[in-house]
Amino acid sequence: MATPKEVLVDPIFNNNPIALQVLGICSALAVTVNMSTTLVMCAAVIFVTTLSNVAVSAVRNRVPTNIRIIVQMTIIASLVIVVDQVLQAVAYDISKSLSVFVGLIITNCIVMGRAEAFAMQNGPWLSALDGFGTALGYSVMLVGVALVREPLGSGSLMGFEILPRVTDGGWYPANGMMLLAPSAFFIIGLFIWAIRGWKKDQVEEADYEIAPNLQYKEVM
Amino acid sequence: MLEHYLGLFIRAVFIENMALTFFLGMCTFIAISKKISTAIGLGIAVVVVLGITVPINNLIFNNLLREGALAWAGFPDVDLSFLGLLSYIGVIAAMVQILEMFLDRFVPFLYNALGVFLPLITVNCAILGASLFMIERDYTFMESTVFGLGAGVGWALAITALAGVREKLKYSDVPEGLRGLGITFISVGLISLCFMSFGGIDI
Repeated sequence: MATPKEVLVDPIFNNNPIALQVLGICSALAVTVNMSTTLVMCAAVIFVTTLSNVAVSAVRNRVPTNIRIIVQMTIIASLVIVVDQVLQAVAYDISKSLSVFVGLIITNCIVMGRAEAFAMQNGPWLSALDGFGTALGYSVMLVGVALVREPLGSGSLMGFEILPRVTDGGWYPANGMMLLAPSAFFIIGLFIWAIRGWKKDQVEEADYEIAPNLQYKEVM
Repeated sequence: MLEHYLGLFIRAVFIENMALTFFLGMCTFIAISKKISTAIGLGIAVVVVLGITVPINNLIFNNLLREGALAWAGFPDVDLSFLGLLSYIGVIAAMVQILEMFLDRFVPFLYNALGVFLPLITVNCAILGASLFMIERDYTFMESTVFGLGAGVGWALAITALAGVREKLKYSDVPEGLRGLGITFISVGLISLCFMSFGGIDI
């Protein structure tokens, strides 16, 4: 049985949802062009994952197994509707720039995955910690990507200028590719490389071993 | 008229590709792209499900949820659009279930080919994403059918392309930490860069 601390801290680097479990990449990448939308997105995911884990775990013994997916979906969708409505009321601009991606938290595999894999077997308190920890691991990754993309792409962070751009009379020529879709893939790929360089046990097995180059004499 | 629909289709397939420009359906996209044959199976399933659910969600939105849509029932001021997310995901889950039972009963060979992938599709963000884009852009019924099919074909094309790259990639000598997931991300980035060249086309 995992201790509460392990449940909370493990997903951040040891078992990161994006870098190792391949969950929640869907809605993650498109919102990392600037920092403020990223932070809002992370807050929304933390909120939904924690509460959906608690709710799913609280009803886990009363739900028949064959309708559990629909029950989980309903719980998650209701939470996402709350987030969506609150965002539209409080931060309309950010809600507009996130467009469909708030709604897509429903199908964010992290939320479903944790509900199915963890909350169905554990009590509400541990599940809450697990949801929070996993969403935190997701947020760390997202904030990391946004930290690279926003300064390099538009020379600012949270809307404040940190690298004065050439077009505004500064010295930094903005890298337009950082604002486009492909850069997010490269950055995440490099992050995965960095994490696996640090935690060797996450390296995947090679499908094929490449034979060493031998001299003709050695082979014979 | 036909030209308009054709333009919409081409735009959904290439210029606004679901997987490579909007990052939708990424989890399945990366997890199930190791072999071309499974990738094609999943791609076809996505085309079918998208082609059915997007128009149905369009009908539900326009006839039940939209502000003033319930006027025929005597409630001209009711705006149920906040229930949208819940209804779309419900429709998708139900449609996938029905499709699975239908295929099992009437088209067994397709059922056997798609079997494993159909339930997975419920939680594929590309499906819900297409419905949400359809609402945001306010498509008509015909337009949403074309858009749904186009988005599906685009996604299927992208996953097949990635599977092709990965099948060759497994023989190559990749640096240790980049092996598997890391190099896959970078190849997706490169494919997505190629698809960006369609961005200049104006239809």
